[in-house]
Amino acid sequence: MKALELTNVGLVLGSGVGRTQALTDINLTVSPGELVAVTGRSGSGKSSLCNVSGGLASATMGEISVFSEPLVGNEAKVAEIRRRFVGYIFQDYNLIGSLTALENVSLPLELGGTPVAEARAQATSALEQVELGFALKRSIGELSGGEQQRVAIARGLVGERKLFLADEPTAALDDVTGEHILRLLRSKCDEGAAALMVTHDPAQAAWADRVIRLSEGRLVGESQAASESIELKGLH
Amino acid sequence: MAVRDALLGLLSQGPRHGYQLKSGFDAATGSAWPLNIGQVYSTLQRLEKSDLVEPAGPPDDGGRVTYQLTGSGRKELNDWLSGPVAQPLAVRDELSLKVLIALVTGAAPVDEVIQAQRTGAMSTLQLLTRMKAELAPVETLADEELAWALHVDRMVFIVNAELRWLDLTEDRLDQRANKRSQKDDQAAGLNDDNSDLKPQDVQA
Repeated sequence: MKALELTNVGLVLGSGVGRTQALTDINLTVSPGELVAVTGRSGSGKSSLCNVSGGLASATMGEISVFSEPLVGNEAKVAEIRRRFVGYIFQDYNLIGSLTALENVSLPLELGGTPVAEARAQATSALEQVELGFALKRSIGELSGGEQQRVAIARGLVGERKLFLADEPTAALDDVTGEHILRLLRSKCDEGAAALMVTHDPAQAAWADRVIRLSEGRLVGESQAASESIELKGLH
Repeated sequence: MAVRDALLGLLSQGPRHGYQLKSGFDAATGSAWPLNIGQVYSTLQRLEKSDLVEPAGPPDDGGRVTYQLTGSGRKELNDWLSGPVAQPLAVRDELSLKVLIALVTGAAPVDEVIQAQRTGAMSTLQLLTRMKAELAPVETLADEELAWALHVDRMVFIVNAELRWLDLTEDRLDQRANKRSQKDDQAAGLNDDNSDLKPQDVQA
């Protein structure tokens, strides 16, 4: 079963003179265990691809399914699929400033019906994974930009999600912290989750099994890790 | 050059014979830089000729000569370590050349040349990152593993720089083409001259 499957997906944004064809004819699958990076220049459709994949924007053409569940039909059903399967890590963190880091990460689980104690335990573990164990009880306003981004990452990774959608997940982080987060995402995938990660940074994209490239809303290229025996000669 | 200076560096720890220098070199570089024992001996001979190293005594029972730094060898080493490694300003770089030839001649679409290179470089970067991912956290690495990890980081930056240059080149060419077509549109509006920019016109 595919974790994510896009078939002939198109997306039109706006209308009239402001109408833009954001995505055209996208065919893409992401299997469990796979981390796929999406690269391309600004405005190439990277974030749009991430948004339609998670049901945050509705494709105007084609079909999208998450673990074989089509992302169409009534909103409640789509919301249920998203809640069950999908963890989002987005550029604007959408954290609730009046709540603590722990509450921000725990809340989505509690809203989904996880008992509070269990939700808090999972949230604590997720925050520890992003090295914020010291900040559980701090309110968002007390945290630095990079720390807030890590809270948002913990909120995306918490629980039993099987598909992660990440849009520039480490933009506000220094190289070492960013690498820690990518290792975390990588290890989630190695344990069987799937992830689609948008990034403009080749060094981040390189953590993926496959790197796809968008240009003007179309897929224009894909690369996979080189075979070691060939490439090491070049290195030396 | 660098191997020569590295051997001087290893000799600053005390007298060593060729095999000790080779294993010291492998440990220091995490074996990222293959060096055979023949190279070590030929380099030692050149260093001795230049009076940068000297035998520390007669050969041992196995016929091995132990070398030590001379005063000028120590100075040479200090100069190497204290000065920056020169970054050449004019590199005979095949990738630059390929992109420029494609651009000027139009023999192949530049965007295709760039995309082919990007795919290849990204594969290399993915492989390097996979090597990095397999390493344990930095605080638990043995010295030799740390050497390898730092070297891989360096390679990652080199390939990353290439990929970023490809992105920038694409952006610049687009920007130029857009500006030119705007100008052409304006010109067309004035005197109805609607000439297209051909690759041969790009001589800058």
